[in-house]
Amino acid sequence: MSQSPEPVRSEPVGLAPAILETPNRARILARLRSRPTARGAAIALVILIAAALFAPFLAPHDPYDLAALSIFDNRLAPGTQSMDGPVYWLGTDSQGRDMLSAILYGLRISLVVGLSATAAAATIGTLMGLLAAYVGGAVETAIMRLVDFILGFPTILVALILLSATGRGVDKVILAIVIVQWAQYARIMRGTVLVEARKEYVEAARNFAIPGWRIMLVHLLPNALAPILVVATVQVASAIMLESTLSFLGVGVPITEPSLGLLIASGFEYLLSGEYWISFFPGLALVVLVFSINLVGDRLRESIDPRRR
Amino acid sequence: MTLDTTHREAPNLDAPILEAPNREAPILEAPILEARGLVKRFSRKPDIAMRLLALAGRPIDRRTVHAVEDVDLAVAPGEVVGLVGESGCGKSTLGRALAGLHPPTDGDVLYRGKPVRELTRAERLAYTLEVQLVFQDPYASLNPRRTVRQTVGEALAVHGLAPRGEIADRVEAALAEVGLDASYASRYPHEFSGGQRQRIGIARALAVDPRFLVCDEPVAALDVSVQAQVVNLFMDLREKRGLTYLFISHDLGLVRHICDRVAIMYLGRIVEEGPAQALFSDPQHPYTAALVAEIPDVRRRKRRFTPIAGEIPSPLAPPPGCAFHPRCPHAMPVCRETRPALAPVAVGRRAACHLHTAPGASPAAIATTVGVPS
Ligand SMILES: Nc1ncnc2c1ncn2[C@@H]1O[C@H](COP(=O)(O)OP(=O)(O)OP(=O)(O)O)[C@@H](O)[C@H]1O
Ligand code: SF4
Ligand SMILES: [Mg+2]
Repeated sequence: MSQSPEPVRSEPVGLAPAILETPNRARILARLRSRPTARGAAIALVILIAAALFAPFLAPHDPYDLAALSIFDNRLAPGTQSMDGPVYWLGTDSQGRDMLSAILYGLRISLVVGLSATAAAATIGTLMGLLAAYVGGAVETAIMRLVDFILGFPTILVALILLSATGRGVDKVILAIVIVQWAQYARIMRGTVLVEARKEYVEAARNFAIPGWRIMLVHLLPNALAPILVVATVQVASAIMLESTLSFLGVGVPITEPSLGLLIASGFEYLLSGEYWISFFPGLALVVLVFSINLVGDRLRESIDPRRR
Repeated sequence: MTLDTTHREAPNLDAPILEAPNREAPILEAPILEARGLVKRFSRKPDIAMRLLALAGRPIDRRTVHAVEDVDLAVAPGEVVGLVGESGCGKSTLGRALAGLHPPTDGDVLYRGKPVRELTRAERLAYTLEVQLVFQDPYASLNPRRTVRQTVGEALAVHGLAPRGEIADRVEAALAEVGLDASYASRYPHEFSGGQRQRIGIARALAVDPRFLVCDEPVAALDVSVQAQVVNLFMDLREKRGLTYLFISHDLGLVRHICDRVAIMYLGRIVEEGPAQALFSDPQHPYTAALVAEIPDVRRRKRRFTPIAGEIPSPLAPPPGCAFHPRCPHAMPVCRETRPALAPVAVGRRAACHLHTAPGASPAAIATTVGVPS
């Protein structure tokens, strides 16, 4: 056979049907572009992330610099000019802090918490689900019981209980979100891996005595990751919502590093007196952020799930 | 008769582990791979709904699939043994059990005369690598995210069978052996046709220098024109490498053409086994006779035999006595009660049918089977 490559040429490369289940990046981007809402959401998201990223350069004031605050500037309406010159485009809060700057920095904290909590929860959940599905037996039972237990309670309740025990703090909020969210990834991953592990390439790997950890990490993980990535985008939004809710309730981030949720809370008592902007603008930022993440995530899910194309 | 020691640490198999097995049928050479009383059952794990019903008093339905029941099969070095039977009769399960992928429920797999469950770690690795599988589905059997080089070279790298720097060469040599260009090594599986993928799967097996290939319907998923090429490749490799094969197939014409010996399976058991030519020209079991009657003639070769008439009984509840009796035109009262043993019926031939032993019955009737009425 090796001397006569003829028969091989009769099966030209490229005639094999393209793999349907692995959409390439170009196709996903094309699909995002083909929907105006998803496209708008993607643009809004990019702007918000850029704003958060470059907050120190964009913000007219440093909201963390308490010495720079002037109590005379408190609760100024949007568009008011300050005594030293700059205009407070989104008004000020009860301590005279520029709301625009506070929102830019708050956006930062919300995004940092949302992204890092999601990354950690997705990593832990993915590995746990992988382990449960591949190892099976008592390991699977133990992991899945824990998953069922965690998913059996409302997320906010579990997070509230955890934080009331640990106290406030950015790291503690992240930890609480990870604890309530990893279970969902574990459940999804287990299902995907159970299907994937039945494919013959996994059997082939076992027949080459490839160690189990390698089968899991090199063979199963990359092939079972697509649903996790889709869910993770949507979960970033719910992690941000959860953080905001916890901060709004006063058990989340500390007042020294206010996130969007805490900013909303700080303006809450002035809402009825007509000083809407202290709560409204952070709320608006939060809604746009969460909404655009969800829209992009949904679109991503559609483009990956062949049934919904 | 020692394991190959050129590429890996030598497992100490120099000791005389190969006493000739105690068999009724004479076998000239000690088998390389053998199943003895092999049983593989799959039991359903009770799920939550079933357990709830159990709490409510309904007994748990622990249905067990009898995939392989009490199979004895020995393959001598260099042989090509065909394994034939209807869908679901346990061919793949038997093949995988022989390759070590399914731990047997009962009985033993013996590699070079030694029960696999008694092998030391090093011997076990040697056995695992030396008995390789070629799969039916050329799409599912390659990891879509690994290049050909990664796929073919993985075992070499993981087990240190070749120095790092030589792995690429070994991969290319394996590809050349299956007729693929070395330049394909950096491509991904989706860039190839079914036949080429099957060749990649064969190269992956060849890379670890196997002695035995379990081919599970390796050409059934390929275009007819490509089938012949892949079959020829198997036969070339047999010549060049002295490989031994268990060749699972639906295609009786193909099996007759390439196999030295054939085993016919029905509902988890081997019902007849013998040299290919004799078995096809003079079947000793009514089921074989019915299959042979269905072999299409060579000029209009069909790829699969049409299942013979009658329901295949469920492997969940095999019928008592001879499992074939509900469909057998020669069934006698004894067939409904006693299971016929797989016993020698001629030199080198075994069959499990009461026509050979029951008083007053004549095996001559088998030859008259042309099809099986429903
Ligand atoms: N992992 C498993 N778990 C449960 N049941 C199984 C498993 N593998 C096989 N079976 C069952 O065992 C029986 C034999 O299956 P097997 O795949 O060996 O048949 P086969 O002869 O190879 O069939 P085919 O020609 O369709 O490939 C079938 O009833 C099948 O459903
Ligand atoms: S044992 Fe009886 S039923 Fe079974 S094949 Fe022989 S004749 Fe038919
Ligand atoms: Mg099969």
